[in-house]
Amino acid sequence: MIGTATIWTVIVVLGAGTFLIRVSFLGLIGKRPLPAWVLRHLRYTAVAVLPGLVAPLVLWPAATGGAPDLARGMAALATVGIGLWSRNVLAAMVAGAVVLYSVLALAG
Amino acid sequence: MPAATAKSAFWLGFRDGVPFLLVLAPFGILFGVAATEAGLPLLETMLFSIVVIAGASQFSALQLMVDATPTLIVLATALAVNLRMAMYSASLTPYLGQARLWQRALIAYFLVDATYACAISRFEREPGWDLRTRVAYFFGAVAPVCPSWYVLTLIGALIGTAIPAWLALDFAVPICFLAMIGPMLRTLAHLAAALTSVTLALVLAFVPYSLGLLVAALAAMMVGAWVETRMERAA
Repeated sequence: MIGTATIWTVIVVLGAGTFLIRVSFLGLIGKRPLPAWVLRHLRYTAVAVLPGLVAPLVLWPAATGGAPDLARGMAALATVGIGLWSRNVLAAMVAGAVVLYSVLALAG
Repeated sequence: MPAATAKSAFWLGFRDGVPFLLVLAPFGILFGVAATEAGLPLLETMLFSIVVIAGASQFSALQLMVDATPTLIVLATALAVNLRMAMYSASLTPYLGQARLWQRALIAYFLVDATYACAISRFEREPGWDLRTRVAYFFGAVAPVCPSWYVLTLIGALIGTAIPAWLALDFAVPICFLAMIGPMLRTLAHLAAALTSVTLALVLAFVPYSLGLLVAALAAMMVGAWVETRMERAA
C-alpha cells in the first residue's frame, strides 16, 4: 500500500516540476536558443528512461513472482515488433494484448 | 491557408487533435485502473491526471511507488521522463513566445505529446499565420485531447477493481510502455539509447531504490547524443 503522504508529495512536486519544464522556454527564457548539446541530450530522454523501466517488468513479471513467463515475454516481443514495423502505438498495443491472451489461453 | 481566422484555426486544431483520442483512450482508462488497483483513492487518482497531465510519467511514478521506491527517486525518474517537454517548449517558443503571459502559462500546462505534435507540424506548414491564429489553433488541439484525459482516468478509476484476474491486467502497463517505445526508435541513435537503457537497467537491477534505472537513463541519453554526433560526421 502506498502511503497518503507519499502520493500527495509525488502529485504536487511532479505536477509543479513538470509545469516548470513545460513553461521553461516558452514563459521564462524567451527567445534565447538552447545550446545544441543540450537539445541533443533532451531528444533521447524518453527513449532512455522507458525501455529501462519496462525491461525488468517483462523479464521478471510480478504476477509470476518474478519467474520469466512465456505469454508475457511473447506479448512484449509482439508489442515492440509491431510498434517498430507499423510506427503506430495503438496497433502495437492491440498486437501485444492479442498475443498475451492467445498464449495465456493456449497455455492455460 | 494564410487568411485563416482565429475561429477557423481553432476548429482546424480540434480536427487535428481528435485522432489522438484513439491512443489516449486505452492509456487514460488504464491509468485510472492501475492507480485504483495500486490503492489510490478516487480523488488522488483524478488529481494525478489533472495536476501532472503527462501519461508516461504518471505510469512511471505509479509503478515506482508500487515498488516502494523512495519518493526522491520516484520524482527524479518521473521528471526525467518529462524532460523531453523542455524540447517541446523550446521549439514552440518562436511561434508562441510573444503571447500574453497567462496564455503562455496555459499553453505550457496543456503542452502534451499530442498537442505539441499537432502544433509544430501545423505551424511549420503555415508560416503566414499570426500569433492570434496560432494560439487559437493550439487551444483547438487542446480541446478534444486534454479534457478527455481527465474523463478517461475517471472511467478507469470507476471500473477499477471490477476487472477480473484472467485479464492479466498486471501486464497492461508494460504493454503500454512497450507500445510507445517501438515508434520512438526512429534513428540508429534512438535504438542505441534504448538498448543501453535496457542493458544497464537489467545489469544494475540489484542496486537499491531503482537508482540503477536513473544511472541507465543518464548513460542512455549520452549514448544517444554521442551516436547522433557520430552519424552527423559520417553523413
